[in-house]
Amino acid sequence: MNAKPKLLTVLDVVAGAMFVAAVALVFFYAPLERVMGLVQKVFYFHVASAWIGMLAFAVAAFYGVLYLVKKDERYDRVELAAVEIGIVFALITIVTGSIWARPIWNAWWTWDPRLTTATVMELVYFAYLMLRSGIEEPERRARFGAVYAIIGFLSVPLTFFSIRLFRTIHPVVIGSNDPGAEGAFDMTQKMTQTFMFSLLTFTVGFVTLLWHRVRLGVLSDKVEQLKLKLQS
Amino acid sequence: MEGPANTLSYFIAGYGVIFGVLAFYIGSLIVRWRNLKQDEAMLTELEKKEQTE
Repeated sequence: MNAKPKLLTVLDVVAGAMFVAAVALVFFYAPLERVMGLVQKVFYFHVASAWIGMLAFAVAAFYGVLYLVKKDERYDRVELAAVEIGIVFALITIVTGSIWARPIWNAWWTWDPRLTTATVMELVYFAYLMLRSGIEEPERRARFGAVYAIIGFLSVPLTFFSIRLFRTIHPVVIGSNDPGAEGAFDMTQKMTQTFMFSLLTFTVGFVTLLWHRVRLGVLSDKVEQLKLKLQS
Repeated sequence: MEGPANTLSYFIAGYGVIFGVLAFYIGSLIVRWRNLKQDEAMLTELEKKEQTE
């Protein structure tokens, strides 16, 4: 298990190369937005991070269901790994959104439906990690984690649809904007290409990170087993 | 006609956060992996000693 699979090494190289290419596209290929200027370029990785955050939480819920059905600890490991990665990318989304908002909305933060639901979603999953770490017995911890990951996932569609259901100043990327939205823009072809490539890059990066994090979980469990064996 | 707003500092801050958080997380994965490998080696050694005693 400890030997790194060749496919993972290939994924590392591909994900790294794609990330460099995505940065180059954002910095040098995507045109400057005519009103917002350079800060609009945060959009490409802001939305890609949001996509990965939500995808990761969906993966966690899916593996939560699998764990409850099969009671296999491997599913619990993937679920935990996905939640951890989801938290990282949701954090990037919230912080970069705040930075983008400052010059456009003239405020670092506002309790807009999208910002509020995104923050609630992040806190829900932070609580998952905290509560999980408080349970000693592995099977109970995994069962609790699975149920929590499934219920916690309710915060994801709520966050996604918040800008479509409520009055908001947050712009919509796909679909029509609320009349009160500020910071919306029409994407040119080059912008769309950069955006799509960023989404793909982050998706490949997510798969790579997930695999690494799952391997870390396997090693952690192995060390835990060795400790228990020596204690007994 | 006015040109785009000068938002260079926000652009730098935004990408600084993205690169910083990602580097921190990848670094944490590497550090945790190394620490666990050290623990594993030490525990395996202890287990071998116990078996020989």
